[in-house]
Amino acid sequence: MECSCKNVHSDLSLLDTVLDTYANVDGSLITILQKAQEIYGYLPQDVIRHISEKTGVKPAKIMGVATFYTQFRLKPVGKYLIMLCKGTACHVNGSDLIEKTITETLGIHDGETTEDGLFTLKNVACLGCCSLSPVMMINEETYGSLTPDKAKKILAELTAQAKEGANV
Amino acid sequence: MMKVVVGAGSCGIAAGAQKVYDALEALNTENTAFELRITGCNGMCFLEPIVDIYDESGDLTRLVKVTAADAEKIVVAVQNQDLSALDNLKISNEDAEFLSKQTRIALRHCGVIDPESIEDYENTDGYKAIRKVLSEMTPEQVIEEIKISGLAGRGGAGFPTWFKWNAARSSDGEEKYLICNADEGDPGAFMDRAVIEGDPHSLIEGMLIGAYAIGAKEMIVYVRAEYPLAIKRLENAIHQAEEKGYLGENILGSGFSCKMRIKAGAGAFVCGEETALIESLEGSRGMPRLKPPFPAQAGYWHKPSNINNVETFANVAWILLNGGEKFAAMGTEGSKGTKVFALTGKVRRGGLVEIPMGKTLRDVIFDIGGGIRGGKQFKAVQMGGPSGGCIPEALLDTVIDYKALGATGAIMGSGGMVVMDEDTCMVGMAKFFLDFTAKESCGKCVHCRLGTKRMLEVLTRIADGEGRDGDIELLEELCYSIKDGALCGLGQTAPNPVLTTIRYFRNEFEAHITDKKCPAGECTALISYEINAEKCVGCTKCARNCPVHAISGAVKQVHSIDPEICIKCGKCAENCNFGAVEVH
Repeated sequence: MECSCKNVHSDLSLLDTVLDTYANVDGSLITILQKAQEIYGYLPQDVIRHISEKTGVKPAKIMGVATFYTQFRLKPVGKYLIMLCKGTACHVNGSDLIEKTITETLGIHDGETTEDGLFTLKNVACLGCCSLSPVMMINEETYGSLTPDKAKKILAELTAQAKEGANV
Repeated sequence: MMKVVVGAGSCGIAAGAQKVYDALEALNTENTAFELRITGCNGMCFLEPIVDIYDESGDLTRLVKVTAADAEKIVVAVQNQDLSALDNLKISNEDAEFLSKQTRIALRHCGVIDPESIEDYENTDGYKAIRKVLSEMTPEQVIEEIKISGLAGRGGAGFPTWFKWNAARSSDGEEKYLICNADEGDPGAFMDRAVIEGDPHSLIEGMLIGAYAIGAKEMIVYVRAEYPLAIKRLENAIHQAEEKGYLGENILGSGFSCKMRIKAGAGAFVCGEETALIESLEGSRGMPRLKPPFPAQAGYWHKPSNINNVETFANVAWILLNGGEKFAAMGTEGSKGTKVFALTGKVRRGGLVEIPMGKTLRDVIFDIGGGIRGGKQFKAVQMGGPSGGCIPEALLDTVIDYKALGATGAIMGSGGMVVMDEDTCMVGMAKFFLDFTAKESCGKCVHCRLGTKRMLEVLTRIADGEGRDGDIELLEELCYSIKDGALCGLGQTAPNPVLTTIRYFRNEFEAHITDKKCPAGECTALISYEINAEKCVGCTKCARNCPVHAISGAVKQVHSIDPEICIKCGKCAENCNFGAVEVH
């Protein structure tokens, strides 16, 4: 596989305030990565190297942490991040059917992003809204009591919204 | 003035509470008609969004399943001081019993006070316990009171709280830490989220009392990143408590100083294990440490540390204010006080249920939860998430008690209670949990890392109809080796869902392996769809909705499904208005 890090040029100055606050505080690596992901949407290679230089934590350890926790992403995500709950209550109430609907509608599987960069699907363990199962969360908005039709409608609305936004 | 309160926990908001609130706010233009407030989740999740109206004398009228379209009607009724127009929104007597049959201590303020107002908390005995503790009690007396109460860890293992506090107190060292485990990872449990979202100050107060008891000067709450609202409300509460002098230097003039901060987790189930949580707090991969030394001796940065979960802390202020004996008066010989359960799944009334220990599972599921939805048969209840097990109908009279539940093969756990009906396949359930633990295994020890994968493989082939003779025995052997060999609680308990399903539903495993049948009709590899010729009217709806064109038949003629093409997606059954598509 070819190394792609040369192709990525992130604006590293965006991370200055975060690193000023946390670079020298022991045990802050996860916090720094969380803030970095908030800024860039994911953890680009050059950002990881930059964090390593500023904190003295080896890139291998940063990668170890970044790949251990489900929150961290090494690839860009779509405009809408669909977090589909696969918790027990959602499983019992048919979350597999919702996943199938999303896959059929958007043509993406768990962890993938649509070609137009609009949607990323991510299965998550439990969103804690079990009484509304099955549930998904899209960019911090929670949608509950899903049926395949309801899920399709939500996706269609978001697609329309994005298109409208693009035309303005 | 009347008070209108909208239940705005995460689940309420997901059900539309924010829209209801916004609509009410827009109509309350002059802020004179009524006082509009929010509150946390009262646990009646099946009725969200909920709006409570308190009249001048404090009497409550509860409206349920409210939509933004109802806002105008509500505002008019409140302005006229006549709520009779809202009768069709009022909670039914039957549903109201969901709450009236409960005994609430940990959830005492949830759904009652405004979680974003410290004054609301203070007005309901808030921060009285810490005042009492700091002015009248020694740390030893606090620990003694907790010992009398019999409070045990509500996170899963049920270890006596006073013992942990005492161990941390007795450890040498000036620098000690008190940590709250709010990494509520058990799929199907959400009581900790409800407490933080609905009553964040009770967590702060409970932790302060714990910090005073063990001698900690810093408190850390490790919260799941999936709970953004909980983090926001807790941040707000910490800020308020600092301003009022409940946190920081020289608290309430007592000379005791303690600060508090939040650390957002990054998504790893294993971080619910206390040593893994500590590793994560230190910024590393959340992999468990060998014990001993225990965190009480060498925890966060190898300093004495004590970790309890949210629900445990939520009981503390109440105990100190009302006395340990009053708490211990509830429950059984070995399990004292109350426990919160997150009742979900195929139950009619789902939500948060807090009841005294010693009640039975039947009390919770049938008396409070109203039994199974849609007239189906109860099959099992899953308790304790991936570390727990499935309890069958024959054991529904088991009392809620750490020991009694342990004897069934399940555990009390953090209180997730997922109810399953006849349509849930137990092999599928076991596979679901192993899929979860295999993914969440941190990979440090071989038994868990490889053992869970091997078990998942065996379960997958059984569900796919490729099970072999001896697979059940192989699973059992794997279960016992993993239990014995795994390093931490995750691995040691990962076999529980499999062991309990084999123990109580062995016939279902056998049906999959020997007869190649899934009795619940859930495992797609083992089922087929057929059209009942007597019921089919030939409307063509199924054929039009079939994604792979496996259905043929002319209009007004009986249709048929080609099993060679059919992918068993179930679309035909879903779309048939005549119940003609049958699963075999």
